[in-house]
Amino acid sequence: MNLRRPRMTDSRIGAALYKFSYKLDPVLLGIAFMFTILGLFVLYSASETNITRPLAQLMNYILAFTCLWCTTYLPPNLLKRFAIPLYLLGIVLLIGVYFFGDVSKGARRWLNIGVMRIQPSEIMKIALPLSLAWLFDHQQNEINFKTFTLAIIMMLVPGLLILKQPDLGTTILVFSSGFYILFFAGLPWKIISAVIATIGAAAPFLWHTLHDYQRKRIMVLLDPSEDPLGAGYHIIQANIALGSGGTVGKGWLNGSQTHLDFLPEKHTDFIFAVFGEEFGLIGAIVLVLLYFALISRGLFIARYASSLFERLLASAITLSFFTYAIVNMGMVSGILPVVGVPLPFISYGGTALVTLFLGIGILMSIHANKKLMANT
Amino acid sequence: MTLLPHHTLSAETLLFRRRLWLAWGIVLVCFLGLIARFAYIQVYQHAHFQNLAENNRTAILPIPPHRGTIIDRNGVILAHNYPAYVLEVTPSKVNNLQETLKKLGELIEITPKDHRKFKTLMEESKGYEALPLRTRLTPEETARFLVQRFRFPGVEINVRPLRNYPHGEIAAHLMGYIGRINKKDQERIESELSTANYKGTDHIGKIGLEASYESVLHGQSGFEEVEVDASGYIVRSIRRHPPIPGKTLHLTLDFNLQKLAEESFTSQNGALVALDPRNGEILALVSRPSFDPNLFVEGIDPQNWNILNTSEDKPLLNRAIRGAYPPGSTYKPFLALMALETHKRSPYASIADPGYFILPGSKHRFRDDVPGGHGMVDMHRSIVVSCDTYYYRLAADLDIDNVYEFMTQLDFGKKTGIDIPGELDGTLPSRAWKAKRYSKGTELQRRWFLGDNISIGIGQGYNAFTPIQLVHALTILLNNGAVYTPHAVRSIDTLQTGQIDPTPDTPIRRVPFKANNIQIIKNALVDVTQHGTASKVFDHASYTAGGKTGTAQVFSLKGNKYQAHSVHETLRDHAWFIAYAPAEKPQIAIAVFVENGGFGAQAAAPIARKLFDAALKSPSKNLSESKPLPTLGHHESSTPTHD
Repeated sequence: MNLRRPRMTDSRIGAALYKFSYKLDPVLLGIAFMFTILGLFVLYSASETNITRPLAQLMNYILAFTCLWCTTYLPPNLLKRFAIPLYLLGIVLLIGVYFFGDVSKGARRWLNIGVMRIQPSEIMKIALPLSLAWLFDHQQNEINFKTFTLAIIMMLVPGLLILKQPDLGTTILVFSSGFYILFFAGLPWKIISAVIATIGAAAPFLWHTLHDYQRKRIMVLLDPSEDPLGAGYHIIQANIALGSGGTVGKGWLNGSQTHLDFLPEKHTDFIFAVFGEEFGLIGAIVLVLLYFALISRGLFIARYASSLFERLLASAITLSFFTYAIVNMGMVSGILPVVGVPLPFISYGGTALVTLFLGIGILMSIHANKKLMANT
Repeated sequence: MTLLPHHTLSAETLLFRRRLWLAWGIVLVCFLGLIARFAYIQVYQHAHFQNLAENNRTAILPIPPHRGTIIDRNGVILAHNYPAYVLEVTPSKVNNLQETLKKLGELIEITPKDHRKFKTLMEESKGYEALPLRTRLTPEETARFLVQRFRFPGVEINVRPLRNYPHGEIAAHLMGYIGRINKKDQERIESELSTANYKGTDHIGKIGLEASYESVLHGQSGFEEVEVDASGYIVRSIRRHPPIPGKTLHLTLDFNLQKLAEESFTSQNGALVALDPRNGEILALVSRPSFDPNLFVEGIDPQNWNILNTSEDKPLLNRAIRGAYPPGSTYKPFLALMALETHKRSPYASIADPGYFILPGSKHRFRDDVPGGHGMVDMHRSIVVSCDTYYYRLAADLDIDNVYEFMTQLDFGKKTGIDIPGELDGTLPSRAWKAKRYSKGTELQRRWFLGDNISIGIGQGYNAFTPIQLVHALTILLNNGAVYTPHAVRSIDTLQTGQIDPTPDTPIRRVPFKANNIQIIKNALVDVTQHGTASKVFDHASYTAGGKTGTAQVFSLKGNKYQAHSVHETLRDHAWFIAYAPAEKPQIAIAVFVENGGFGAQAAAPIARKLFDAALKSPSKNLSESKPLPTLGHHESSTPTHD
């Protein structure tokens, strides 16, 4: 790496390229590109070789990469300043959704702001870790019980608003990103174990607060054949797709489950079943390794970040990629209940893609900032 | 309290790095677990799933349940299903749709109407479902198609249960109809019902009882797990989970009464609601003109839709619950009750009626309909002869907000809670209502004037109530304040188990009216049919009825005498009649509304008489046994010149 950079700056074109890309981390960029290629290929197969959806997704990727690239130019100090305003904006919009949101498929998630429809819970996925990282950074010399209490309240407000929509998938993502910050900020083990014990004890009560369809999804996990037309159908069909894929898979475009239309939501939340059917265990392992590489690189960046704010932000963002991946793949392979979480970087849909790439952009910005500090 | 033992940067950094390693380790373990799960499914259980996917592809086919039957209180079938051959086309499986439709037309008669319906269905559908092109194929047509079937990929003949309303127009507004599921219904299914339960269902209740009892009528979808070969044909059935048919709706409606009521309207528009005052059961609910619900079941063709939708008579409007009209003089008994309950009037105090009323400080004469007036009028007579002047004066003494408060107890201006969707609130005016209604107007327009009270006194002005509200209020009065929710369903019956779930018929609340006051009003209402405005109509009846006629002005005559023949039909007065019988122990209460019908006694009351005769089923008194002449002076002729 040390040899390459002077070579680039030798020519004028090289110098210009360097100027526009020196903040991009080649490792993360490479992984993101690999996801893009894989994502487009598997989406093409899931779309019955119809090119319309992959083309739309390509535009989403281009948009997401642009956002990523722009984000790398936002220095962490600037992000820090935006943290609280962004968080408050997110809260206001979520309250707006609560009262004026558009209802679709039984959930109130979207807000029409005149020019376009937005999903404010998506903003929270970035805004919550950002503002919590700011909080701990701001009070870093006097982090105490109060700080953690405040942080938990800051988590609960958006978390409950999103849970109320209802959107269990996003709630899990938002809560977990908040928890990661608390964890890395040094939340004592005593409290962590107390919280886990409380949740365990309150589980029967929480069961009653779940929506009928959410309860059904958990029940169905125990016995998918109970409800083969409803929630169980997804799991049965996804398992058949994965299982029949075998070790090496049926080959690209050859998944019979996929193409005989047995598989529901195959472009979005269940796209991993298509992947597993066509590329088999080998493909699935490669994909998991790719996520592992991404997470390792993210944690590496967090390890060497130059301030508490950056450390917390980088590690929380990185681990939220992990939440996405484990919840989605666990759901498709039938070990976790069905919740609406997409396969990160692969599932069809622009909003999630942009949010995820923004996360990578922030990681790169933090990494570049560290190098800058080191150089000066 | 310090939770962190170290506060130095390096200690915190150390803690952070330790936890970073721990997190990395957890990620690694979780991912390894995931890979182990993949290996279990994809390697260990591979053969099992391979088998399921490749050799024995199983498919889950939903089996839609039979929709519940609807019967009247005596068991007359009002809605049922019958099996019919249906020619279905799946557009996405057809290569050349135009060509296919043309060729099919050579084999089976397909009318332009069928084509239009099919086109409408195509526009609404998602393309991959089978859409009916023709229903009710004859066996001959079915056979002709089946031999040629190979020529038509994507076209099939299926036996489907079709919904049928054997009595067509009769009670259509109450029953409503089912229709094919559209986008809006899909949203309803996703939010209120169950998507899984509607996998195989094409139809859903759109309005009326079919809509409000959708979850009961629909039933529980079953499914069949079948084996299909590589090209998707069913090889064998693996297991079958039968559907549970929808439940039977046993209505409170009396079909014979309903039919008689509908026919009594002849060509006139209007509405009628007959309740059993003892429990709120709906015996008849009419809105004229009506429509044939069978037209909607398989998708209405655009031509018929245009006729129904653009007709000036508004056949799709359920006037009984969605038409709000000024109640006219039928409002007087309720105002009289209020005057008694609030001690604004003594029942014995009389006024001298000069035939008009002038509000102190103004010059406008509010006219009575008898020039020269009714003479001395007490409360009883004010109802019997329908004296306007009495109520002009009463209204002038009342405060509109008190009227609002009192009438709210009788559910005026509120939904009665009838078990079909779409009921209107009507308008029960108050100061706040007027300020809101004219919120964009001037201060003067927003303010409530005493003059506004005066027309309220005779049920004119801002008042507007639905026919069901009027009869509902009447039953509250008849029940001495006990309020029952009007309902059309007597019980929900499960045929398989014989289980019957009756609708509870206990009062939902009680208004504390004084029994004496109620009795004064009831006596007057009975006298209306004996010696008052409706006495001619109830001549020789075998029972004693109580009632009140009403005539609601459609437009202001500005002091001119109203002459029906000189006024365009759509501007003629609306006729009202509210009544009940038998007077001693009411079994039926009714509100009849005849749109532009003129006088209540002339247009609306005879319909009530017919219905009471039928409902109480006693032969009329012998005509020779003539009733004693009415004794009440000048209105003895009972010619309906006023009400």
